[in-house]
Amino acid sequence: MADDMERAGLTSLVRSSGCNAKLPPGDLHRVLSELPPFHSEALIAGYESADDAFVYDLGDGRVLIETVDFFPPMVDDPFLFGEIAAANALSDIYAMGAEPSVALSIACFPSCLDLDVLKSIMLGARSKTDEAGCAIAGGHTISDREPKFGLAVTAVYDKDKVWTNGGARSGDSIILTKRLGVGVLMTASKGGECPEEAFDDAVLSMRTLNRHARNTAVRYSIHAATDVTGFSLLGHSAEMAEASECTIEINSSSLPVHRSAYDLAAFGFLPEGRYTNEDYIGSKVSFPEGFDRTLKDLMFSPETSGGLLLSMPKDDAENYVRSMEGNAWIIGRVIDRASLPVAVIM
Amino acid sequence: MVEIDARGRSCPEPVIMAKRALKENEEIDVLVDNRASLENVQRYGRAMKKQVSAKEEGTGWRIEIRR
Repeated sequence: MADDMERAGLTSLVRSSGCNAKLPPGDLHRVLSELPPFHSEALIAGYESADDAFVYDLGDGRVLIETVDFFPPMVDDPFLFGEIAAANALSDIYAMGAEPSVALSIACFPSCLDLDVLKSIMLGARSKTDEAGCAIAGGHTISDREPKFGLAVTAVYDKDKVWTNGGARSGDSIILTKRLGVGVLMTASKGGECPEEAFDDAVLSMRTLNRHARNTAVRYSIHAATDVTGFSLLGHSAEMAEASECTIEINSSSLPVHRSAYDLAAFGFLPEGRYTNEDYIGSKVSFPEGFDRTLKDLMFSPETSGGLLLSMPKDDAENYVRSMEGNAWIIGRVIDRASLPVAVIM
Repeated sequence: MVEIDARGRSCPEPVIMAKRALKENEEIDVLVDNRASLENVQRYGRAMKKQVSAKEEGTGWRIEIRR
């Protein structure tokens, strides 16, 4: 039994994978909005602000930043899955401008699988937390039919240096630090339709920490930041625009897209989250008439362990892109609040 | 008409089922029961330069893919 399941690969055990496994955002929002509100003077950012992590004021000029993220595998190799899950969870800390200090692992694991698989997942995660200079201090593992893995990550950081998604200013440039299309490529891969080179690109992209993108960005004036994950480029852009009370204009011709992702999207290899994302935020985004349908699909598709989305002054943006040497792209700009939070242009 | 029953399947499986069926048939019907499958199978049909239409049937949809 265990041998069969290992041969079949981790992804054969799960229905949805990566950040596509998120509960539809509309459903989650409905539940959260019905809970009694909680206010604490020390809680600077909580779930009400739709930021990447909560920020808790320690009162001495420092804040505690904490986030949790876990999901089912999108790749069959357990070590790679561990790396991707860890890079994805650590990203929320980088998106707040901070560096991760300590983490706890969260794992769900089928009792029919060999424990060496769990060990490989954890070793993969460990290689990424080591790279991040972050300790894994413990964790919790439960038995479950579908494997899942992730981290709860904590950072302690200077209060006045924290980035939020709420400071974008008119005139800023919008930067993205990873290509789009990972969600599409992983959906195709599940059907055995993703070309090997495209799969390798996607895996490399997902397991790459947003650490370098963050470390390079701290040298510039970052007005707002988030990362692009399950809520799609448009969803996370809308969150930033709403929190910043501005409109983000995305220039669709400048979007970096993984090779093969556009073609596979056109053939209908779209994650389910592409549709639930549009249900939730479609009314917040304007498209020009006759806009390319496949590009629209890509922009609404969930990403897993996606890049940072940064808002910074135009001059800084140009210098930042230069110093990122091909791993950052200016994809739009911030304008005064128009009729909708996000405007896509051709 | 060849009828592919992709009800109860989640993406990308219905697209793969349609792809396999279209290798051997010029025209097929695909039954689906969730929106992602409805949209994705139609996209596949259109990308294959077919005439595609869908109508509600029971608790799901019938997608007609024609040459």
